[in-house]
Parts: sequence; structure tokens; C-alpha cells
Amino acid sequence: MNRQIAKLGAGLLICYLLLFAQLNRTTVFGAQRLKDNPENNREILRDYDRPRGSIATADGVVIARSVPTEEGARFERMRTYPEGPLFAHITGFYSLNLGSTGVEDSYNAELVGRTSDLSFRDLNDLFVERDRVGDLTLTLRADVQAAARDALGERRGSVVALDPRTGDVHALWSFPTFDPNVLASQDFATANTTFTQLNEDPAKPLLAKSYRERFFPGSTFKVVTGTAGLESGEVTRDAPTYPATSTYTPPQTTRPLRNFGGSTCGGALFEILRASCNTAFAQMAVDLGPDVMIETAEDFGFNGEPPIDLPDAASSVFPTDFDQNLPALAQSGIGQNDVSATPLQMAMVAAAVANEGAVMTPRVVDTVRDDEGTVVDEPEPSQWRRAMTPETAATMREAMIGVAERGTARNLLISGFEVGGKTGTAQLGTDPPRSHAWIIGFAGPPGEAPTVAVAVIVEGQEGASEQTGGRVAAPIARAVMAAVRAAAT
Amino acid sequence: MHLLRRRTELGLIVVVVLITAGAYALAGLGKTSEMPANIGPFLGVILGLLVTAHIAVRRLAPNADSILLPLAALLNGIGYVFIVRLDEAQEESGSLAELQSLWTAVGIGAFVATLLFVRRARDLERYRYTFAALGLFLLVLPLFPVIGRTINGSRIWISLGPVNFQPGEAAKIVLAIFFAGYLVERREILAMSNFRLGPLHLPDPQHLGPVALAWGASLIVMTLEKDLGSSLLFFFLFVVMLWVATGRTTYLTVGTTLFAGGAFFAWSQFEHVKDRVDVWLDPWPVAKAEGFQVVEASFALADGGIAGTGIGLGTPTRIPEVETDFIFAAIGEELGLLGATAVLCAYILMVGAGLRIALRADSGFDTLLATGLTSLLGIQAFIIIGGVTRVLPLTGVTLPFVSYGGSSLVLNYVLLALLLRISDNSVREPTAAAPATTSAGATLR
Repeated sequence: MNRQIAKLGAGLLICYLLLFAQLNRTTVFGAQRLKDNPENNREILRDYDRPRGSIATADGVVIARSVPTEEGARFERMRTYPEGPLFAHITGFYSLNLGSTGVEDSYNAELVGRTSDLSFRDLNDLFVERDRVGDLTLTLRADVQAAARDALGERRGSVVALDPRTGDVHALWSFPTFDPNVLASQDFATANTTFTQLNEDPAKPLLAKSYRERFFPGSTFKVVTGTAGLESGEVTRDAPTYPATSTYTPPQTTRPLRNFGGSTCGGALFEILRASCNTAFAQMAVDLGPDVMIETAEDFGFNGEPPIDLPDAASSVFPTDFDQNLPALAQSGIGQNDVSATPLQMAMVAAAVANEGAVMTPRVVDTVRDDEGTVVDEPEPSQWRRAMTPETAATMREAMIGVAERGTARNLLISGFEVGGKTGTAQLGTDPPRSHAWIIGFAGPPGEAPTVAVAVIVEGQEGASEQTGGRVAAPIARAVMAAVRAAAT
Repeated sequence: MHLLRRRTELGLIVVVVLITAGAYALAGLGKTSEMPANIGPFLGVILGLLVTAHIAVRRLAPNADSILLPLAALLNGIGYVFIVRLDEAQEESGSLAELQSLWTAVGIGAFVATLLFVRRARDLERYRYTFAALGLFLLVLPLFPVIGRTINGSRIWISLGPVNFQPGEAAKIVLAIFFAGYLVERREILAMSNFRLGPLHLPDPQHLGPVALAWGASLIVMTLEKDLGSSLLFFFLFVVMLWVATGRTTYLTVGTTLFAGGAFFAWSQFEHVKDRVDVWLDPWPVAKAEGFQVVEASFALADGGIAGTGIGLGTPTRIPEVETDFIFAAIGEELGLLGATAVLCAYILMVGAGLRIALRADSGFDTLLATGLTSLLGIQAFIIIGGVTRVLPLTGVTLPFVSYGGSSLVLNYVLLALLLRISDNSVREPTAAAPATTSAGATLR
């Protein structure tokens, strides 16, 4: 029996060595892979009860912070949003059961202090117990954001305001929205119910439409078409002169394309932009051809993922499969057919014109500070795309100023400021006539570089005239630009 | 000589008490940054319990092995600290820790009682058929109405008043005694092969019959009770004992073949077996469902790394059944690879000590029983640690001495006492050299 017992011992030893080998694999060699597994939310859970940095606006309003819970609660601290819904789409919410969204998600490592800049910088930190969290300062301003909210009121829509020179976002507002405090609450049952309700709401209040939803840009897209004409060299400020007409029939079809209300228009670039002349811009797009149109749209950022520091930004779309389908190209030239853009993208179109053709990387976080207030991260503004040459930009800028001073965007004007803009009306249906009212624009001290670019969309307005954008959306954009101006002084 | 052994044992017990108390203090510090208020009484109680066990060994089995009791105490202590720590972290802070301390006391009591009543292991040999009947009865017990209970899908519990008990834990030891007794009696006959079945030379079925019957019946019962872990353990216990008793490798090969066939049959016929195997092969598609436990255990171990998060600083309570089947994952998370390896070493040392006792035992029955009991301990720990670490498909059994669970803890102390008894019996008293030595063990001879 003794031989067998010795063998049995050896066999069991091998079994345990097998366990030891597997333990090494799980705890050491394969550990990182397990930690990175998407099913693994242990880190979220650990972070949840740890100190977490605050989020404040550029004008010093705290919009997210962790506060101690009552004695005996399950967690030591909870996340609150003192401004309620005002910044819900930017901060997002930070919840144990629902996950996190917005800046709470994209800057999680900074907020819990897990970046190398924050974790430890000298040997002392090894011995001193400290909460190395990161506090964020946003580029957004509470006063501008509030102006956007007040001006839009209870209408569905979005407002984007940014600095064309840096890409700093000053306001990013969509209505309807939600109160992040309820979702971040530790009353998980209520949070879940509320989340389900919000999620099923057809108005999609959880969705930050300002940068995550696409709409037909309508006539605001004519700025892109005009830029394509100037960049190609086939269009100048004086030539060609498009014929005054009320319809234009593209090649390959017999279905004519009409101006709003059957009006007659035509002329050179400034005139057709001022009048928002469908026939002229449709013909321009067809004359330029698909390649030029696609290239220019993509230079503005269409078909690309906007590099904004918020999660899940939607790409704007300009079709690339015309295949010599010229009627579709004609439609696209006036922002119809399959063209769709986020309000953020349209603000970047106005900003490119205002910033000598350069599209800056949009961003909502300005600086990251440690718990002593020292700045640990302050990214420099960077250029994302170049939409056009500075010469083209100067021409387009003049053209858009013309639209504001003498065209459809008069409601945009602010006295003492140089303002340019372009209205848009994207028709949704004819019975009853409804449309999205758009405006994009920029403003700044006369003769100097514009300091603010905006895009406003008011969804589903009654009526479909070209005036709708100027009447409904322009006053909102004006209020927001005025707020930026007031904040700067 | 026995004095030296007992001194070694006492010394090791003191070390174990210090380790356990240290771990307990760390758990308190990890949780609240304060020393646990009851650290004094805690130290007193475990020291008291272990010294009681030690004195019992000193009086009742003075020549017994000196490292088994400290090793069991170490595992029991670490397990208890983790149960306290896990219990406090649960939303409904239950009384698992309190119960476990009670069960530890009962376990030590059972340990002393076993040493007291079983003065010679060979005495058990005579009652082998009684034990066979008792074992089968214990196994069937949970299937009876009224007292039988199904907990977590397994009908392996009986409920007597406020106490739930798993009679299967006792059945394992009782049947191991029967196997040892029967196999020793028939080992020569069983080693002969006068019966041919195809290419196989087998012993006369008439001799293999009773033991095969008992074994088959137990397996069927365990299958009915959906107790996969115990079936597996039982199967290997039987094959190993048959092989060791007869020295014939045929039993090992036939056993393994039978096992492969049986495993395939179970896999194809029983949904719950198929689930376990599928989860073992690839838990990721069902990581939120059937695979949750195993996946969370892997995440816990990965979080632990080499040195662990520290007791009380991890989040092992995310793993369902962490106090019982998955306590090893909690140890791995909070004590890391080092702590988990220490636990593995404790088991390997226990297996080593147990097999040494088997080798030195002075009767075939003692040898075989010691082998069987040691295999029970070693294989059971391997099965559950293997399940937790995904070396094997998961089959729920307790981690001996560590997991929460009264039946398992108490019966493992009985198993330990039996091993110590065999060990004590096997040491021949140096009658001439030390005539003054009179101990309980010596007077019996």
C-alpha cells in the first residue's frame, strides 16, 4: 500500500501545483486583462465611495460636488448638482447603479485623482494620507448658460455658444433636460424609476441634443456651399451671377426645385446668401460637383467624430455616395436630402468663418486642479480642421455680416457689435407646415476677431417660411451673444 | 518523545493564535481604522478553545502528530476572521460570525469527544457494516419529507428545530470507515483477477459487490440531491481507496474511464451539470447570469494581485455565497497571491501529515482509513479551490475548516481527531527506555 500512498501524495501535490499556477495566472499575469474586462465594474464601485473632485464653471459656480451623507448611511458621500438641470447635459450624472455620463464619465480619472499628474508627485505623498482628487473648471459660464436657458424657454431646441478662437464652449443647452440630482441619488429605486421614465420619454430629455442629435441644417448649410464655391475658385464675390428665377431643374430630372414661397431670386454670392436663394445654391452645388462639396463639408468636420471632451458625440453627415446623382447633390447644397448636422457642428461652421477658416477642437473643460488649487492640467487650444483659407473666410464673414445687416438674420444684431449670421428653416412636413428654425452666427468688436460663435435650433415650429429661423431662433442667439459680451466686460 | 511533540504543537498553536488575532485586528483596522473593541476577549476565546483541544490531545493522544491541529486551527482562524469581515459588510448584517464561533466550539467539543470515545481506530473496523448502513441512512435523510430542506437548489439539508444540518458531511466520514474496513478484509481477493470481462481482468463480482453497491447507491442519492461536489469527491475517494488497498492500477484506469463516461452522461442529461461545464469553459457570454459568481471571483482575485488589498479593504461581498463556497476568492482578494498560497500550503501540509500517518500506521485498516480521511480533506479543498479559480467546473462544496458552515466544520474536526487517533496508535511506546511514561495511549495497550 505504501507505494500507492506515496503516489497519491505526489498526485495531490500536482493538483495543488496546478491551483498555484492558476492563481498566479489570475492574480498576477492575467490580472490586467481581467481588470480591463468590460464586465468588471469593481473600479466604479470602489471609486463610488471615494472622495471625488468638484466641477465649477468658468465664472466660479460649483455645479457638481460630493457632500457627506448622514451618519449611518450606506455610503460616506453622495454626488449633488447645486444648479439642478442647468448643466445636466454637460456634467452628466454620477450614479452607482446607472453608471455615469457627461464630464463625470469622460473626466472620471481626473475627478478621482487617478491620473499620473494627480497621483503622487513627491516622496512625501507616500507618507501623508491625502485625497488626491482633481477639481475641474469648465469653459462654460453659468451666466451664458442661464441666458441660453431663459431665451429658449419651454421650447424644444438647443443652443451652442463657443469661442471661435479657442474652441472653448461657453454654453451648451438643450431643452427638455433632467435633474441629475434625482439620478445620482442613493435612493436607487427612485433613481431607477425616474431613469426609466426619462429614457422612455419621446422628447428624449436624457439626450444632450446639442451635440448628440442630428437635424437637417436647412439653409444654414449654404455657408458651407458658398465656402466650397470660393475655395474651388469657381465662385468669387462678384461672379458668377446666378439668374433670377423661382425654380431650378437639376440635370437628370424633371422635378424642379423651388424657392421658398415661389419667390424669385438670383445674383452674386452676397446677394444669394442674403436672400437665402435655394435655386442659386442648388445650381452652385451641381456646378461644383460632388467631390468639391464633399471635401469642403468634411473640412468643416462633417463625417468626422467631433473631438469634444464629452462622451458619445454624434458625427454630422454629408452624403458621399452621389454617384453623379445630381438632383441629390442639388438638394444637399441647400442642406436637405441626407445632410444632417448637430447644433455643435453648425456652431463650428460659424466659428470657422469667424476664425479665419480654422476649426478649433471644441472643449468643455478648461483646467484640472489638485486639492491645493494648483493647476495640474491645462490643455492648450488646438486646431481640429481647416475649413477654408483666411481669404475665403474674410469673404464669407463679410457675406454673413451682410445677411445680419440687410438679410434674414436682422434679429441677430447687437448695437456696437459686428454681427454675422445665417438663418435656416428645415421643413418637416406641409400638413400642417412645420419646421426646425435655425440660426448660426458670430459677433465681436467691429473690425476685430469675433469672440463668440453660436448655433440655435428650435425644433418643430409652426410655419415653414424662410423667415422662421430669423424670427424664432435669432433672438435666442442674440441673447446668448449679448450674455457673452456682458461677461467679457 | 511525546512531550516534544506536544510542546511543538503548543508552540504552533500560540503562533496560530497570534496570526488569527493579528488578522482580526487588521480586519477591524481595515473597516473602521480602529482596533476592534473586543480584541481582548477574542484572543482569550480562541486561545481557550485551542488550548482545550491541545490539552485533550495531551491527555488522550499524547503521541499524535503535532502539526495537524495547529494547521486546522490556522485555517479555522483565517476562515473565521473572513466570515466576521464579510458578515459585517453584508447589507443585512446576519449572525454568521456568531454561529461560526459557536460551531467552532462545537467542533472542538466533537474533536475532544472523538478522541475520548475512539481509543483505538481499529475498534471502528468491527462496526463496518453498521457504518455502511448509517452512511446510507445519513445520505438519504434529506430526501425525507418534513425534515428535508432544499437550500440553493440542493436537497442536502435536514432541519431539526432551529438547526440546519448537512448529514452528507457525516456520511462521507462514516462511509470512508466502511470502505477502509471492507477493503482491508478483502484486499487480497480484490487484488486477484479471476473474472474476465473482455480485455479486463476483474476480481470476482461477489467480493466487489457490497462495496460497489454502497458506492453506487451513494452516488445516485447525491445525484438526486443535486450535490455535484459531493458526488465528485465521493467518486474519487472510492477509487483512491480501492487502488491503495489493492495496489492495482486497473482500478484507477477503470475508475477514470467510468468517471469520464459518467461525466459525459451527466453533462448531456442534466441541465445543471451542462450549465456548470459551459460556465467553466467560457463564462463571459453569461457573465451577468450563470457565470456571475465565477466571473466575480476572477475579478476579485485579479484585484488582489500579489499582496492583496488588505483585510477589510476589498469588495469580496459582490460574490454570491462568498462566506461558503467562494471564501477562497475573498482570501485571494484581500490577502493576495501570498495569502492564498499560504492557504494552499496549509492544505498540502495537512495532506502530507495525513499520508505520513497512513504510512506509519500499524494496521492495514488504520493505513487505509488515514489515506481515505486525508484524501477526503485534500480532494475536497482541491475541488472547491479549483472551482473558484476555474481549474475545474464549479461544484459547491465547502473549503474544509475555512468556509462558513456548521456541519462541515464539526465533521472536519471529527476527521482530524480520527487522524490524530491513528497517529497516536501507531507510535510504539519505548517501553524499556522510558518506563516512567504512562499516558492514556500507553495504558490502553
